Amino acid sequence: MIDTLRLTAEDAISLVERREVSATELHAAYLGAIAERDGELHCFLRTCDEPHGSSIPIALKDVISTKGIDTTAGSRILEGYTPVFDSTVAARVKAAGLSVLGKTNTDEFAMGSSTENSAWGPSCNPWDPSRVPGSSGGGTAAAVSAGLAPWGLGSDTGGSIKQPSALCGNVGLRPTYGTVSRYGVVAFASSLDQIGPVAKTVRDVALLYSIIAGRDPLDSTTAELPEVVALPEGDSLAGVKLAVPKQVADLDAIEPGVRAAFEAALDQARELGAKVGECDLPLSYRYGMPCYYLVAPAEASSNLARYDGVRYGPRVAGATFGEMVDHTRDAGFGPEPKRRIMLGTYALSAGYYDAFYGQAQRVRTLLIREHREALDGFDAIVTPTSPTVAFPIGDKAADPLAMYACDLLTIPSCLAGLPGLSIPCGLSEGLPVGLQLVGRQFGENGLFRLGHALEGAIGFDTVPERLR
Amino acid sequence: MSWEPVIGLEIHVQLKTRTKMFCRCAAGFGAGENTQTCPVCLGFPGALPVMNRRAIEWTIKLGLALDCEITEHAVFARKNYFYPDLPKGYQISQYDLPSCIDGKMLLQTAEGDRVIGVVRAHLEEDAAKTVHVGGRTGRIDGADASLVDYNRGGTPLVEIVTAPDIRSADEAKRFLQLLRQTVVELGISDAEMEKGTLRVDANVSVRPEGSDELRTRTEIKNMNSFNFIARGIEAEVERQIGVWESGGAVEQQTYDFDAATGTLTARRSKEEADDYRYFPEPDLVPVEPSRVLVDALRSEVPESPAARIRRIEPALDLERATVLVTGGLDVLWDGTVAAGADGVAAANVIANTLVGAGVDPGAAPAAELAKLVDARERIPRAAFDEAISKLAEPGFSADPYLVQDALSDTDELGPIVDRILEANPGQVEAYRGGKEGLLGFFVGQVMKETQGTADARVVNDLVREKLNA
Amino acid sequence: MAISKDEVLHVARLARLALTDEEIERLTEELGAILDAVGVVAELDLADVPPTSHPLDLVNVWDEDEPRESLPLDDVFANAPERDGDLFRVPPTT
Repeated sequence: MIDTLRLTAEDAISLVERREVSATELHAAYLGAIAERDGELHCFLRTCDEPHGSSIPIALKDVISTKGIDTTAGSRILEGYTPVFDSTVAARVKAAGLSVLGKTNTDEFAMGSSTENSAWGPSCNPWDPSRVPGSSGGGTAAAVSAGLAPWGLGSDTGGSIKQPSALCGNVGLRPTYGTVSRYGVVAFASSLDQIGPVAKTVRDVALLYSIIAGRDPLDSTTAELPEVVALPEGDSLAGVKLAVPKQVADLDAIEPGVRAAFEAALDQARELGAKVGECDLPLSYRYGMPCYYLVAPAEASSNLARYDGVRYGPRVAGATFGEMVDHTRDAGFGPEPKRRIMLGTYALSAGYYDAFYGQAQRVRTLLIREHREALDGFDAIVTPTSPTVAFPIGDKAADPLAMYACDLLTIPSCLAGLPGLSIPCGLSEGLPVGLQLVGRQFGENGLFRLGHALEGAIGFDTVPERLR
Repeated sequence: MSWEPVIGLEIHVQLKTRTKMFCRCAAGFGAGENTQTCPVCLGFPGALPVMNRRAIEWTIKLGLALDCEITEHAVFARKNYFYPDLPKGYQISQYDLPSCIDGKMLLQTAEGDRVIGVVRAHLEEDAAKTVHVGGRTGRIDGADASLVDYNRGGTPLVEIVTAPDIRSADEAKRFLQLLRQTVVELGISDAEMEKGTLRVDANVSVRPEGSDELRTRTEIKNMNSFNFIARGIEAEVERQIGVWESGGAVEQQTYDFDAATGTLTARRSKEEADDYRYFPEPDLVPVEPSRVLVDALRSEVPESPAARIRRIEPALDLERATVLVTGGLDVLWDGTVAAGADGVAAANVIANTLVGAGVDPGAAPAAELAKLVDARERIPRAAFDEAISKLAEPGFSADPYLVQDALSDTDELGPIVDRILEANPGQVEAYRGGKEGLLGFFVGQVMKETQGTADARVVNDLVREKLNA
Repeated sequence: MAISKDEVLHVARLARLALTDEEIERLTEELGAILDAVGVVAELDLADVPPTSHPLDLVNVWDEDEPRESLPLDDVFANAPERDGDLFRVPPTT
């Protein structure tokens, strides 16, 4: 019996390579787990019956184009859309022998922090199905934690990989901007979107990163990795210097239980030999969210202009082209994309560009500088990933600003294009708490080493208690 | 009150690269509908643009040919609006940081060089093609549907914007001729208005002559030949003068010019001007051409037509120099003169006889042509014409044609002339009665009689002599 | 920072969204609140700070002018709402 709840991707690959289990059997085991538990959790929007690769399966967030497999980005405006080409990341995982297990749920166009913005309904947290799994990559994170997939790919714009990993108790990496191709990934905010791995362990995440990362000639914003991805080993943090931003102490938004688990993790780090110091990110915490909620919606308002009912997607009839487009878009987009399209259009419009989008781009420059200075002399900046643990479904849905605040801790480093790794560091009221490690540009190997050692010391059991 | 036109032009040149600007679909005419498309130029979800290096280099070359500064940091920007021929809902163009700025072109006039400023030249992608089909429901206006072919979508376009330095419709036409020739000689576009690889819009205003104010301007679009452009500009200038002189004020407007009727029709003015919400294209990185690259491209830019006209003009005159250069004939002329021929004579032979015979100037050997030019008065007309017509044949030599002199012996020609005059008494009388133009008739008859071997000048003198006797 | 209903309508026109009356009212309120929150960026005097469009410092990323295969027609139209021969059909623009 294959215990998909416990199996890491590395274990699974090893099983298949040693021929103890066939690729087909493994695939079937995950489909079995999905049949058993996904009715309740609603992680998958669709699954693939047959494995096409010789290795293990992988779940892909439904913003990632997969040839011949519907890709909806969580939106009705792409209902029934079947891509005729693979995204680069899908092509690379397939080339590595991985089989697409299925497409996981996402907030519409990756906009949101809970999956409650998905046109297909929310996903549920496997630790407590009355709560959100986080988002926008909630489907992938929940699937991994619930043993419905050995690993998966999500997308992160303001925290959409890290935050759900924190809420579901697994490991998620938001890579350095430009190390993973966006070609074929339904675009939300072009200068922020990155595809990244989600798995149970840091080593799994590193392995998946090594499969997808590297320059893509089809994506002009990608660069070659300056060094080969190294799978982490070792359990010491001797000589490592971590920095906690001063501002974290004063952030009321951080729940006491989250703070406690975070502090306990820092103690563990010290025991492994790390020094924990302080850095100063005053602009990032005051202006990070406002900057993000100007830059991202502005780019999104333009990226979503192609959804006009002309070449794909469901069309609402109209007597004129204008009518058809207006009604197709109004019917197809849910409230959150509409909100962001309106916000972004406004921020770019004549008379407002300088004060809003233009200003936000300058703020971004300051945030980049601030992070560079903060990392000077340190190996990583460390914070809790999410200010809260998983919240009940429906709690924040009516208040957009409250929802946006979930990304308070992840947004600043996203704007700076820096890599961020979230690892589970403890529980609060029985729900997972995540620890975020932010590194330099191209500093993934360092983050993997750090995360792996800390992970070992913390010894977090990634299987949700109620499923053990 | 005397008025002067103030004209600026916006020109789009379609580059003839092998592939499109932001994807590697084949570019070019004539393929089956929608067979030159891909996720990028169809705007499929997740598709991303990648710049065409050659298109950038050719844009730089065009900028250099127009004496522009090649910017060190150029940025592509999104121009956002909705239309069926715009699959992404935005056009990737260049906005406040274009590739080329601050250039100029010199127009040669009798009074000296006129400087026409080139404000900028930037690179962008062409829209797809929309065909409007209609009439099925009996609607008079409006179409039934629009049908879209995305083959053209994504082809690289260079947009050139001139300063409002042009002062007449004729100047506009000459500017465009020079520009077109510059582009064609660079090898970057066929620049044909009928095919849409060269498109021109004109911005027109007028002002009291001598003032330097800039009054409200209008835009004229959809003119698809240089002649139509000139006529459209003239019509609009006239209209605007009429408005000002009758006490009114010109309003901002876009017009279509109908060449058949010569009328300007105002386009339905939109409720609100388009707000394109330009912002830097996040999917592309900036273009920073190295000075090494720019210098290398500069060395590939041939001497501009304007410069060549200026160089040749002293040996001829402005008009003849312009005809040679704009006709692509000046390289041959240069060679022929270098081989010793007289400049004016060579110009006449090339522009008239050679062109008239349909000979490819690029294939004509200059040295041989020089020999013919020198001998044109001496050898029989027929021999000369035949030699010219065969100039471009491989291995052509003028020598065989130079052997025979035209018949100039008046002892031989005299009797022939007499015979012609005797045979045409009516024309003789008419000539003597004042119709001097008939001289040509007699000369022609003699040439016919001698199968073209007579020396035309001698015949001319002889006939005149005998008629006046 | 409040946003007026007129401005909301104008932006909806630019964004080609045919909002219902209920949506317009709700969005006017929500956008006002969001703009208040994001508007704090105006506090900073950033005249001397250059804007960032790309977090990664790349320039001159381009491709050679070599053709690659285009999509077969069946793929081009695989998801088309309305195909007319080998063309995409849409309602008239006027």
